[in-house]
Amino acid sequence: MAEIQIKNVAKAFGSYTALHDINLTIADQEFMVLLGASGCGKTTLLRIVAGLETATTGEVWIGGRRVDHLPPKDRGIAMVFQNYAVFPHLTVFENIGFGLRMKKLPEAEVKRRVERTATLMHIEQLLGRYSGELSGGQRQRVAVARALAMEPDVILMDEPLSNLDALLRLEMRAELKGVLAESKTTAIYVTHDQVEAMSLADRISVMHQGRIVQADKPVAIYRNPAAEFVAGFIGNPPMNFLPADPRGDGKWMVAGQVIDGPTHSGALKFAIRPEDVKLGDHGLPATVRLVEPLGAHLLVTCDVGGTLFRAVLDSDLSLKLGDTLTLTPQGDRQRWFDPATTLAVA
Amino acid sequence: MTPVTTAAPRAATKAPARRVYAASVLLLSVWVLGPIYLLFVNTLSSPEAVNSFPKSFIPQFDLGSLAFFAKFDGMLAALGNSVIVAAMTMVMSIAIGAPAGYALSRFEFRGKELFRLLILLTRAFPLPLLALPLAVLFIRTGLDDTTFGLALVHTTLAIPFAVLITFSLFSGIPIELEEAAWTLGCTRLTAFTKVVLPLILPGITASAIFAFVISWNEVFAAAVLTIENRTLTAFLLQKLGDAPIHLKFAGGFILVTPALIFIFAVRKYLFAMWGIANR
Repeated sequence: MAEIQIKNVAKAFGSYTALHDINLTIADQEFMVLLGASGCGKTTLLRIVAGLETATTGEVWIGGRRVDHLPPKDRGIAMVFQNYAVFPHLTVFENIGFGLRMKKLPEAEVKRRVERTATLMHIEQLLGRYSGELSGGQRQRVAVARALAMEPDVILMDEPLSNLDALLRLEMRAELKGVLAESKTTAIYVTHDQVEAMSLADRISVMHQGRIVQADKPVAIYRNPAAEFVAGFIGNPPMNFLPADPRGDGKWMVAGQVIDGPTHSGALKFAIRPEDVKLGDHGLPATVRLVEPLGAHLLVTCDVGGTLFRAVLDSDLSLKLGDTLTLTPQGDRQRWFDPATTLAVA
Repeated sequence: MTPVTTAAPRAATKAPARRVYAASVLLLSVWVLGPIYLLFVNTLSSPEAVNSFPKSFIPQFDLGSLAFFAKFDGMLAALGNSVIVAAMTMVMSIAIGAPAGYALSRFEFRGKELFRLLILLTRAFPLPLLALPLAVLFIRTGLDDTTFGLALVHTTLAIPFAVLITFSLFSGIPIELEEAAWTLGCTRLTAFTKVVLPLILPGITASAIFAFVISWNEVFAAAVLTIENRTLTAFLLQKLGDAPIHLKFAGGFILVTPALIFIFAVRKYLFAMWGIANR
């Protein structure tokens, strides 16, 4: 059992606050992805859990044990670094066995575990090589195998795939998911790539400016963003926003159309994903500004009431610049945000 | 047709630059190798040939001058002192300089930049200014005329290089390697001995040899601070002042050769240190 609890963790570097009062519980065997743009504090949070950084205030608990005062080696964690950090003076075998030798495991056990994890990561034929003789993808496999060989309670990964080329990243992503599910360890995975986050995570924590904005299942984050930031950050292209004026009784004026919405005092923002609009008879009037054929779909950028609005439409349509369309938002996919708090309004 | 017409003018514009480059290399080589060659020729010539005119540029392989030194009274003791002082300098400058280099590379602290500058500035401080107070201090503490006392002075001369060289060596080792070691069960110390040390050992060796050469070549402090226990440089400076010219050549040869061999042996690392070719 290795549940991770992060309690009121804050981190300041001089006068700069990198993390504000983070509270997060990661269940045993859960795959948690910390997602955010660079500088949002996700790596700092990971390093605090690892023990490579000390929190200014707050506590970290792993498996019911408070660990924030312990050095990394006593926390029951293993880490995979962005630049792999494969020791260049050791062979692949010795790299994978490094932590096992530090634990002073018997030679036979070291050999067994190294060979097992190497086979798991498909690098059993590279055991005699040095890091300089490996490709980036192979180094990454060594780094993951080295972490897995420790049989840790928790595995921490800091953008492990971001230095790989696109095709390799896709392949490694699928493989990582399988291997980690098999190993039954709790995982924290830091990335700025939302597709990676979506495909790997049991749960995603979206971070922004040193805070966790939303922590939820990938689909929930996509469908029901808790804040405007999440709606604009997740999804490619991101959610569309349009200003909405109250007409009373849960009626809202959006781009000249009256739409049913929540009862709320003050103005709101209407939000809808680009794929959740259809061409229809009544709805938002849009003027086509840009048409980008993406094969499966047509990405159409329009002008709706003076605001840029993206729609994903069927690629069989033939559209020209300046065409006027009527876009019907799908009722159950409409979302509303309060511009004052930037939070979602139900 | 096209490649020929485009290639020709490009070659033409490149040619002068290449010629300047080649000329510079030639000039520098002659500047350094010329005197060394003359030293070599004159050391291996008979006294008559050294003093005669015109000069020969081909050595006679007459070992008379060198043989004279081998039997010269006090020569071997001075050579021994030089080696002892240089070895002590080597050990002390790395023992003191490497931790400073590690701290500079791995930790952030107030005044770090100033500290780096001050290290370099110690080299700008003229040793002759220090000579008298240092001599007085050494006599008071009983360090005068000892190899250890001289090694202390040489260590202060070598430390700036040791610090800056090890600083760049440590900086060349990604911190993630150490961090990975920490997460794999190492303490700061075991991570250092198991990961960092093996990686920088060649560079440390080079920097140690560099300290050795600094001490080996140093003459001023050696001449001021020792009387009986002179190092080779101070010994030759004293004895060869009035010696015939062929013996001066031979003395110079004895001094230059070990330094050259050492520097040649570690040249690869010296290049790396100055950032010309990393790895």
